[in-house]
Amino acid sequence: MGLNEKPLSTLHEKASYELADFEVPTGREEAWRFTPLSRLKGLHNGKAEPVGGVRVDIDAAPEVTVETVGRDDPRVGTSFVPTDRVSAQAWNSFEKATVITVGRETVTSRPTVLTLTGSAGEGAVYGHIVVKVEPLAEATVVLDHKGSGVYADNIEFVVGDGANLKVVSLQDWDDDAVHVSHHHAQLAKDATFRSFVVTLGGDLVRLSPSVTYTAPGGDADMSGVYFVDAGQHLEHRLLVDHSQPHCKSNVDYRGALQGQDAHAVWIGDVIIRVEAEGTDTYELNRNLILTDGARADSVPNLEILTGEVAGAGHASASGRLDDEHIFYLQARGIPHDEARRLVVRGFLGQLIEKIQIEEVRERVLGALEAELSR
Amino acid sequence: MSTLEIRDLQVAVEDKEILRGVNLTVKSGETHAIMGPNGSGKSTLAYAIAGHPKYTITGGQVLLDGADLLDLSVDERARAGLFLAMQYPVEVPGVSVSNFLRSAVTAVRGEAPKLREFAKDLKNGMDALSIDAAFAQRNLNEGFSGGEKKRHEILQLELLKPKIAVLDETDSGLDVDALRVVSEGINRFRASGETGVLLITHYTRILRYVKPDFVHVFAGGRVVEQGGPELAEKLEAEGYEQYTKASA
Ligand SMILES: Nc1ncnc2c1ncn2[C@@H]1O[C@H](COP(=O)(O)OP(=O)(O)OP(=O)(O)O)[C@@H](O)[C@H]1O
Ligand SMILES: [Mg+2]
Repeated sequence: MGLNEKPLSTLHEKASYELADFEVPTGREEAWRFTPLSRLKGLHNGKAEPVGGVRVDIDAAPEVTVETVGRDDPRVGTSFVPTDRVSAQAWNSFEKATVITVGRETVTSRPTVLTLTGSAGEGAVYGHIVVKVEPLAEATVVLDHKGSGVYADNIEFVVGDGANLKVVSLQDWDDDAVHVSHHHAQLAKDATFRSFVVTLGGDLVRLSPSVTYTAPGGDADMSGVYFVDAGQHLEHRLLVDHSQPHCKSNVDYRGALQGQDAHAVWIGDVIIRVEAEGTDTYELNRNLILTDGARADSVPNLEILTGEVAGAGHASASGRLDDEHIFYLQARGIPHDEARRLVVRGFLGQLIEKIQIEEVRERVLGALEAELSR
Repeated sequence: MSTLEIRDLQVAVEDKEILRGVNLTVKSGETHAIMGPNGSGKSTLAYAIAGHPKYTITGGQVLLDGADLLDLSVDERARAGLFLAMQYPVEVPGVSVSNFLRSAVTAVRGEAPKLREFAKDLKNGMDALSIDAAFAQRNLNEGFSGGEKKRHEILQLELLKPKIAVLDETDSGLDVDALRVVSEGINRFRASGETGVLLITHYTRILRYVKPDFVHVFAGGRVVEQGGPELAEKLEAEGYEQYTKASA
C-alpha cells in the first residue's frame, strides 16, 4: 500500500481479499454489533457450505453483453477490496461470475433484469456480479431477489467516464431467507450512479452499498425503502468514500416497521478525505415505527477531513406513527387502517415515486399495500 | 332532521376533570354559539364529541339521532354525520390535500365519487373559499398559514356535508377578508336548513356574519348561562369576568 492509500479514516479500517485477514466476528465489533450472528447461518464463520442453489435468470436489453466467467477473468474484482468477513467469504467462495457489459456510448433501450431465485435447502450460495458501463453509455439494471436460501454476494457497478447507471435492487425474499450483500459502485470522471434499494422480505438481510470515486465529477444518488415485519432483521449499511474533488452524493433511506422484534438498522458512513475538496453530500434516514415491539437503529457518521466542502449534512429521525395524524384523518371518516395506510404510503411513497421504471414502481407500491394490509 | 344531544357530559384529561356535566342539544336548522374564556373546556367538549383518544369520558352521553356516539370510533362518528373543524388543524406530511379529500369523501359517502365530478366539486369549493388550486397538490396543512388551514377546514365541511358541525374557533387567526370568506362557507353549509352548527368562539365578531340562534356561556367546564343572540352582545360589553368568578 502506498502512503496515499493508507486509510486515514476510522470508518473503514481494513481491506483485503484474504479471508484469513478477517477474524470471525463475535458481535462486539462496531460493524457487527447490530447483526444477530446466530441467524447468519454460518456466512460469517465459514460454516456455511457452498452447496445451495440460487438461479440467475437474465432478461437483458439487446444492446448489452451478458457473460458467465470464471474467477480468473480480469474484469472481476477490479473495483473493490472486501472490507468485511462475509464480503471476503463471498469473494473467496464464488465459482462463476456474471459479467454484464454496456459498450462505449451505448444507450440501452430497456432495463436489464436479473432475477435471482433461491431454493430452500442445505448450504449457502456465494455469488458475484459485475456490471460494467463503459464511457458515455447509459443503462438500467434491475436485481430481483426472491425465493429462499442463504446467499452472500459482491456486486460491482463499474461506471465509466460520463456514463450513467441506474440500479434497482429488490430484496423480496421469502420469510426464511438470509442475504448478506455488498454493492460496490465505482464512479469514473463525471459518472452518474442512481441506486434504489427495496428490502421487504427475508429473515435477515444485511446489504452494504458503497460508492467510491476514481476521478472528479462523479454523482451518486442512493435511495432505499424497507418495510420490516415481525421478527425480521433488515440492515442497510451505506458507505460513500469521497476521495476525489467535486463529487456529489445523496442518500435517502426510509423504512416502516411493524410487529414484535421487527428490527431495522441503518448505518450511513460518509468520508470526505483531504483531497476531496468541493464535495457535496447529504444523507438522510427516517424510520416510521408502526407498532410496539419494533426497533430502529439509525447511525449516520460523517467524517470530514478537508476544510473545503461545498455541502455536507446528515439527518436521522425515527418516530412513531403520530396519533394526531391518524385522529385527523379518522375525524374525516377515514377508517383507522386506511388512515394508517395513507400516512405510511405518504411517508414512503414520495421516495418510491423516484423509481423510474413503471413496472417496478407499481410492484413496489403493490408490495407496500400488501405489507400494510397484513 | 337531526339532533345532537349532549347529556351531562363529564370528561377528564390525564385524570384532571375538565368537563363537569355539559347539557346541550343542537337540532338541524339551528346554530348554537359557545363562548367562554380560555381554558374553560370548549375544545375539550369538541374533541370529546369527536372521540380524540386523549380525552376520557367519565360520565354522560352524546347522542346523534338517538344513537350514542361515544360507543363509536372516531371515523364511525364522522361517517354518522359529525364534523369537527379543529382549532389547530394537524399537518400530515406526505398526504396530499386532493388524495386526502378523495379518501374522506369516499369514506363518508360509502362509495368513491366519480373522478370528474369530484374534481369539479373540489374546484368549485376551492374557488368559493378563495383557495388557490395549487393547494390540492400540497401536503395536508403542511406549511399552511393559520388562515389557510381554517379555509381548508371549511372546504372539508362543504365537501363532506355532515349533519352536525362543531366548529372550534374557526374564526381565530383570520383577517377580516378571510373571516368573511369563511363565514360565507359556513352559511352555505347552513343554507339547506338540514344541518346543525355548534360554533365555538371567543369573539362576537364572527357572529355578525354567522347569526346564532342560541348563545351558551361556557365556564369552568359547563354551560353557565344560555340565551339568544343578545347574550353575545352582553358578553362583548361586559366580558367573562362575572362567570369566571362564579365558576371558580
Ligand atoms: N393534556 C392535558 N393535561 C392537562 N390538562 C389539560 C390537557 N389538555 C388540556 N388541559 C386543560 O384542560 C382545560 C381546558 O382546555 P381547552 O383546550 O378545552 O380550553 P378552551 O376553552 O378550548 O381554551 P381556548 O379558549 O384557549 O381554546 C385547560 O385548563 C387545559 O389546560
Ligand atoms: Mg380551545
